[in-house]
Amino acid sequence: MTLATDITWIEGLIGGTLIGLASSLLLLGNGKIAGISGIIGGLFQSKKSDRSWRVLFIVGLVFGGIITSLINKDSMLFNDIPSFGRATIAAIFVGIGTAFGSGCTSGHGICGISRLSKRSILATITFMLTGFITVYLGV
Amino acid sequence: MKNLTSFISGLLFSLGLGISGMLNPIKVKGFLDLTRVWDPSLIFVMIGAIAVYAILFRIITKRSKPICEKDFSLPTKKDLDFKLITGSALFGIGWGIAGICPGPGIANLATGLSSAFVFVIVMVLSMWAVRFLESR
Repeated sequence: MTLATDITWIEGLIGGTLIGLASSLLLLGNGKIAGISGIIGGLFQSKKSDRSWRVLFIVGLVFGGIITSLINKDSMLFNDIPSFGRATIAAIFVGIGTAFGSGCTSGHGICGISRLSKRSILATITFMLTGFITVYLGV
Repeated sequence: MKNLTSFISGLLFSLGLGISGMLNPIKVKGFLDLTRVWDPSLIFVMIGAIAVYAILFRIITKRSKPICEKDFSLPTKKDLDFKLITGSALFGIGWGIAGICPGPGIANLATGLSSAFVFVIVMVLSMWAVRFLESR
């Protein structure tokens, strides 16, 4: 293994801090965990009164994407556009996996680890491991 | 009010992903490419986020309730079961295939690329299918 030459650790720490603050705001304001897959998934089974905050969080995510693309287009999907086939297969795994495993990188990886949840620590180790293997195999 | 908090939280979350490079699948795959040229940037994003949230979570949950709701809605499951491990394993495979997880998937709708829409639509339908089958 060699280390990449373009490690963006400062941007990572700054962006990460912002993600931590955003998650804290959702907890302080609404008492909710900022797990993206959970926020989306909850749209299907929650009561009507529980839907609007979920939709607005998702709209916020898209707005953040718009601002990011105005500042630096290269920091987005344009770099590495998946084919429809690849996007579809990846999305099936991500959708089924997060619904079945109750969370993704945000809910388990950030919020759960911060709470020292054993479930989230195990989930994060598991998805990182299968992610490593998938990339290693060059799927 | 709770809708505004939610919108601002989603916006800041997404800007955090953007600043840290996590909306770019190449950075994410670089992190997952452990055996060749490894880019550990994602670890720093997690360190920053966890450091802030670990502290603020403890302070915030000392309150009797959040500002705009009656109660905190926190996860209650404790069991390390088959579902958790299998689901997470499948998610990791999908994450490795395209370098996109749910948050960056949604934020990348902003690119207007049809692949981004395909990803989000199929992901949401797959989540829905699991919940539908489980609720029967």
